[in-house]
Formats: sequence, structure tokens, C-alpha cells
Amino acid sequence: MSDAAMTRREWLLTDRPQSRLQARLGRAYVAWRRFTANRLAVIGLVIILGLVFLAIFAPLLAPHSPYIGDLAKARLLSPGPGHWLGTDDQGRDILSRLIYGSRLTLQVVLLVAVIAAPIGLLVGTVAGYAGGWVDAVLMRITDIFLAFPKLVLALAFVAALGPGIGNAIIAIAITSWPPYARIARAETLTVRNSDYIQAVQLMGASPWRIVLRHIMPLCISSLIVRVTLDMAGIILTAAGLGFLGLGAQPPLPEWGAMIASGRRFILDQWWVAAAPGVAILIVSLGFNLLGDGLRDALDPRGSGQ
Amino acid sequence: MTPALAIDGLSVEYDDFVALDDVSLTVAPGESFGLVGESGSGKSTLLRAVAGLAPVSFGTITVDGKRLGGKRDKAFYRKVQMVFQDPYGSLHPRQTVDRLLLEPLAIHGFDDTEGRIVRALDEVGLGVSFRFRYSHQLSGGQRQRVAIARALILEPSMLLLDEPTSALDASVQAEVLNLLEQLRATRKLTFVMVSHDLAVVTHMCDRLLVMQNGGVVEQLASTDLAARRVTTDYTRGLLVASEGFCRKS
Amino acid sequence: MSALLGVEDLRVTFPTRTGVIEAVRGVTFTLGRERLGIVGESGSGKSQTGRAIMGLTAEHGTIDAKRLEFNGIDLLKASKAERRALRGRRIAMILQDPKYSLNPVMTIGRQIVETLRAHEPVGKAEARKRALDMLSAVQIRDPERVFDLYPHEVSGGMGQRAMIAMMLIAGPELLIADEPTSALDVTVQLDVLAILDRLVAERGMGLIFISHDLRLVSSFCDRVIVMYAGRIVEELPAAKLSEAQHPYTRGLLNCMPEIGADRHPLPVLDRKPEWRT
Repeated sequence: MSDAAMTRREWLLTDRPQSRLQARLGRAYVAWRRFTANRLAVIGLVIILGLVFLAIFAPLLAPHSPYIGDLAKARLLSPGPGHWLGTDDQGRDILSRLIYGSRLTLQVVLLVAVIAAPIGLLVGTVAGYAGGWVDAVLMRITDIFLAFPKLVLALAFVAALGPGIGNAIIAIAITSWPPYARIARAETLTVRNSDYIQAVQLMGASPWRIVLRHIMPLCISSLIVRVTLDMAGIILTAAGLGFLGLGAQPPLPEWGAMIASGRRFILDQWWVAAAPGVAILIVSLGFNLLGDGLRDALDPRGSGQ
Repeated sequence: MTPALAIDGLSVEYDDFVALDDVSLTVAPGESFGLVGESGSGKSTLLRAVAGLAPVSFGTITVDGKRLGGKRDKAFYRKVQMVFQDPYGSLHPRQTVDRLLLEPLAIHGFDDTEGRIVRALDEVGLGVSFRFRYSHQLSGGQRQRVAIARALILEPSMLLLDEPTSALDASVQAEVLNLLEQLRATRKLTFVMVSHDLAVVTHMCDRLLVMQNGGVVEQLASTDLAARRVTTDYTRGLLVASEGFCRKS
Repeated sequence: MSALLGVEDLRVTFPTRTGVIEAVRGVTFTLGRERLGIVGESGSGKSQTGRAIMGLTAEHGTIDAKRLEFNGIDLLKASKAERRALRGRRIAMILQDPKYSLNPVMTIGRQIVETLRAHEPVGKAEARKRALDMLSAVQIRDPERVFDLYPHEVSGGMGQRAMIAMMLIAGPELLIADEPTSALDVTVQLDVLAILDRLVAERGMGLIFISHDLRLVSSFCDRVIVMYAGRIVEELPAAKLSEAQHPYTRGLLNCMPEIGADRHPLPVLDRKPEWRT
């Protein structure tokens, strides 16, 4: 069996990999094939990649400045050539503001995911594996956070910390980890008494090693799925805070804040509020489709067997 | 000679349920000792109590003359390892064979991990082509070989075997049993083996303990069993049952 | 000879991502009112053969045969409704673990009564009486008490007896038992087999006994079929098992440890590729 005779696909799909790298790539390739078999998931991925593309190349793509408008001539113009999505009450080009706003949206989503998911994962796996009073204390704290409606709690935090996009991100992150902790704990409880975890115990592994190296990797895929599905909610919460004036401050082109400022003319100049609304809708939908696809692709029960 | 394993008056209780009631036994170094019984006899509980996976309510467990406390230290796991019944459940679903074998070496800070992994795979008859497979790419017998390699890679002196072949086909069972016997001979291992199958235990062990409802029925040598020299009706019943169905005309 | 069941060139295939899996590849046998054992290791297609006869092959699988006939009824042409009417009434199946095949939220008695009333128009009192009779027929000492118990409240052996009672209540002509005693302790196993044996003999049923245990099957059945990789490699009277010709059958018999036989190492099975063809 010579390597040259193998196609790249065979190399990836072989059930006798020759190296760590090949085994890992093969596994990733199988997940990728499962993912791409789901057309809606691919659409979701394309939407999210589009959002990333917009955010990276915003200065090149935006036809106008997002901050400075022509108050004299270009106030509340309807969509048309020159201003494809019209202009707002400050005479600023809405399309340019949407493109720059994608940066804020992406920033919020990523930072919340980076802060909230690891906290939830750690709390959940430790509580689930340790059990006893550690579990009781950690889970009661989680319950306290879960008992409040998310937006109300975020509002309270922002009110305490002061308005601004940074504080909004912190507030949303603080309010969104408890569900992740619950998921991670549930997952940990199902595997903690399994033979393969007991086998690691019998090797003399410390509890921390077991949690970090053997239990967490099992929880990560379901957590990724859940976080992706929650992204839509996070965008909406950020937009909600922006709408209430507690998130991004003017003149930042945050989508929620844009809807808030367009609200006053919604009957006569509907596009001012509709354009960011549609943007939020599309991105939320994209994350949801992506999350659904990831769930099918990453579910370990689907692999092998 | 210090026994490899000495158990004295061991009881295991879960809430109100007595899983193991006042069991004593000794296993000499290099001996192969069997525990036989039906479900609920406490045979697996005994093994798990030795491994530190079941709570000891009364009694003592001594390994190589050293009495075990509530917590097992790392040195204990270098000496005693276990192979589980279900080869589908005892291997981590997200780890390659390589990673599974590396983990015990990393925990105990062994050097030459590369060479040890290759040798361990060779020893259980798998070879390096299996090194980077995930457990779902292996058959039941191959998985059990990986589990045996993992248990032996720390070079223990005692192996606890919890029904190691009951989930396997008969022909694969024969291969795994032969492998275990051969490893015991080359490495001078002490075996404590649990099984519901009287034939398997007599084949593998020098002496055996028949258990029922958490207690001891009788202890006898395999040769006694083969010669039908048994003293209790329960063991006799097991013997008859192991011979297959008998139509009463 | 009036055959109860005729199977000719039965094939069961499942499509998968990587190609088609042929679970059963051309199995042919006939069954009268006798006890037939089907033996094989995992993946031999023995269970899929039983399921195909019963009509329980998974949705995406395809069944193909030259002939699949039960008492003159062509099972391949029968509609879903006709198959359903046959199932339970005339062909019954016992599965390995009663824990999974009994409904956990219904009492044992009610499940037996429901099964009976699904196939025969009988009154409630009559159905209850017959269910109790059936429970005592499977040697349950206190049928009145067991009648009102839930499946989780009884032991494995008791559960499997209840399962047998449920399967036999409508008086089927053919019983397919797929590893009926593998989840049970050896001593309980023999009790359950004795009950099964008596009922099959009394009622003149045909029995297909599917198992991985060659010795057990040969001590229980009249005739044994040995399967390997979806095909029948050997068919022989159970009493003549020791005279088996095929190396696979002989290997399977040989590789099991035996009390009193001092064979170290055990002979292992050397699988030959030509057995597959």
C-alpha cells in the first residue's frame, strides 16, 4: 500500500491512520462531510462567513463614512442609487453604517462566547464531577442567575456598571453562562460513572486531570452547538440594550441602537429601522442554521458504530 | 511469603443494601484466583472494592503486605490495574489508541513513551497499525486488547479482570483468554478474575471462590471442580447448569 | 411434509454511507413443527434472519427472497396490515432482554390482556382469566400478584417468563426466540428453557431458537443451522453436532473452555476467506 496510490480522500477516510495528525484530520473530515451534507447548515455558514468578511473589509466595502452625514442635503433619503439603503435622520448612509455595525455585532458575539462558555463549562464539569457540597453550592449560584430573565439581569448590570458597549458585553456574558453550566453538568453526570472515566481514575489521574482532559472534551461539542444557537439571542440582547440606550452609545453604528433611532420615523421613513432589523434577522438565522448543522456534525453518537 | 492480596472480613454496604458481607480471601503472588457467581453475588463489588471504586464499610484489604486506606495513592495503581467487562464502554470515545496508552504514562511520568506504546501494542498482538485509530474503528476483541495493553503499560504486578470476555464472541474469547494466560506467564502476574462462567474461571484460575448474595458459598481448587469434588448444592447446581439444557423425559 | 415455514434464498441488505451491507446473503431452510436452532457469532446475520421472517427489519433495509412462505401465505407479498395481523397472532417473537421489550408503564397483566384482546374478541373477565392461566403455565407461582406488578418490579427471569406468557397467549404457530435467555443467570436460564420446551411441545408450535451458544442450542433443538457472514455454512441434526464437518462449526465447538479439559492454550478459530463465499 503506497501513499502515492492513495487519493487525498482515501488518506483522510482510512480506518488505519498512520499518525496523530492523520487521525485527527480524518475525524475532522468526516465531521465536515456530515456538515456539508446539510444544505441549510451550509447556508448558515455562508451567512456567518459573509458577516466576518464584511467586518474585516468594512473600510473598503462601505461607500460612505458611517459617522458623518450630509445634514443639509441627504437627510432621510429613500433607498436609491447613491444610497442603496437610504439615509438616516443625520444624513448618514445606512448601508455603510450596517457594514461597520457588523464589526460591533461580531465583537459582541465573540467576546460573550469567549467569556461565558468557558465559565459555564468549568462550573458545570467541576460541579458534576465533584458532586456533594461543591455541586450544591455551584448549582445554587447558577440557579440564582437563571431565576432572573436574561434581559432584566443584563439591564441591572449595565445600570450598575454604566452604559457602553464594553459593559454591555460583560453584562451579557455574566447573564449567559448559567445554561452552559447546566448543560456541561448534565453531560458530566452521564459520563462520570462510565467505565472509561473509572479506567482513568484507576491510572491514578487527579480529579483536575480527569475533568480537564477527559470530561471537558466530551462536553465541548454540545456546548459549541448551544453557544452557536444562543448567538442569535446574544445579538438580540445586545440590540435590545442598544435600543434602550444602555448598550453602544451614539454615534456608534450598533444595529439595535440604529433601530431605536429609526423608530421615530417608522411610519414615514420605514427603511431607517427596517434595514438594521433585517440585518439582525439574517445574522440570527445564520447562527441558528449553523448551530443546527453543527449539532448533527459533532454529535458523537452519529460517528462510527 | 507475603500474599499479593489479602482480604479480611470485607463488607460493602450501599445505604440499606449489603452488596458484600464479611468476605475473606488471600491470593499468593503469581497466582490466578477466580470469583464465580450469578448476578448480585457481590463478585464484581469485591473487585471494585479492591480497586477503590466501591466504598469499604468493614474489613481490611492488604496488597503486598501494605494495608490500603480509603484513598489509593499513585503507587497503588502502578501495582494493581483493572480490565473492565464492556470493551465498548471502557475506552474513551474521543481518544485514539495512542492517546489512551499515553495517558497512564504521562500521569506516572514514564520516559520513552514512544517505545513503550509500540511495545505494548505488539505485546497484545495488535501492532502499530492500530496506534492511531479511534475506538469506534475497532472490533470488540481489538478493544479488549487495547484495554489490556493500557492496564499493562504501567507494568503492574496484579491484574483485576472483571468478566473480561463475557461481551465477546466465543472464538474471540478464546483468543483473549490465551493472550491473558500468555501475558501472565511472561510477566509473572497475579490475576483476580471475575466471571459468571464456571468453565472460563476453571480454565484460567488455580483456585476459585463461589459467591452468592454477597457471601461466600465455598472456596475450592479448579482441579476439585474439574473432578466434581464440590461440597455445596449451589456449586453443584452451577456445574449442572453449565453443561447446557437437559430434557427430562 | 407440510412445512410451516419455507425460506428460499433470503437476502437482507442495508444501504449505508460507505456502500451496501449484506446482512443475510441467501439463506434457505424449511421448518416444520420442530425446534430449529440458528447459531452464529455477532454479525453472522442470525438475528436479521429472524427479524425478516417476523417482518421487523429496520425501515431502510430491503428484504429479498425467492420464497418466504408461512403456512401457504406469501410473506413477501403480504400488505403491512396482513403482516401485522400475523404478528403476535400466528408468529410471535421473544427478544433477549425483557427489560426493553416490556412496556415499563403498564402492568404485566394488562400487557398480556391487551395482546390477547388485540387478536381475539374476548371479554375483559375472560381475557383476565386466560392471562392468569397463561402466567401459571409459565410457572409463575402467584399469578394474581404478578398480574398487577410493573416490569421493573420483577426479576429478569420472571420478566422473561412474563414475556413468554405474553407471546404465547394468542396461540401462535411459530415462535422465534432471539437469544431468549442470554441476559439471565445460568440457573434461571435452564428454568426458562424448560418452560419454553414444555409449551412448544404441548402446543405443537414450530420454534426458531437463535443464539450464539452452540452447546446450548444443540442441547435444546432438534436441528441446528450454523451461520457465518450472512450464509448457512452447515446444517445438521443437533445430536450429531460432534460429527460436524465444516471447520467453522468445529472451531466454534472447540474454542470454548470446558470444565475438566485441560487445554492451554485454547484452540482458536482461523477464519478462512473462502467460508464467506
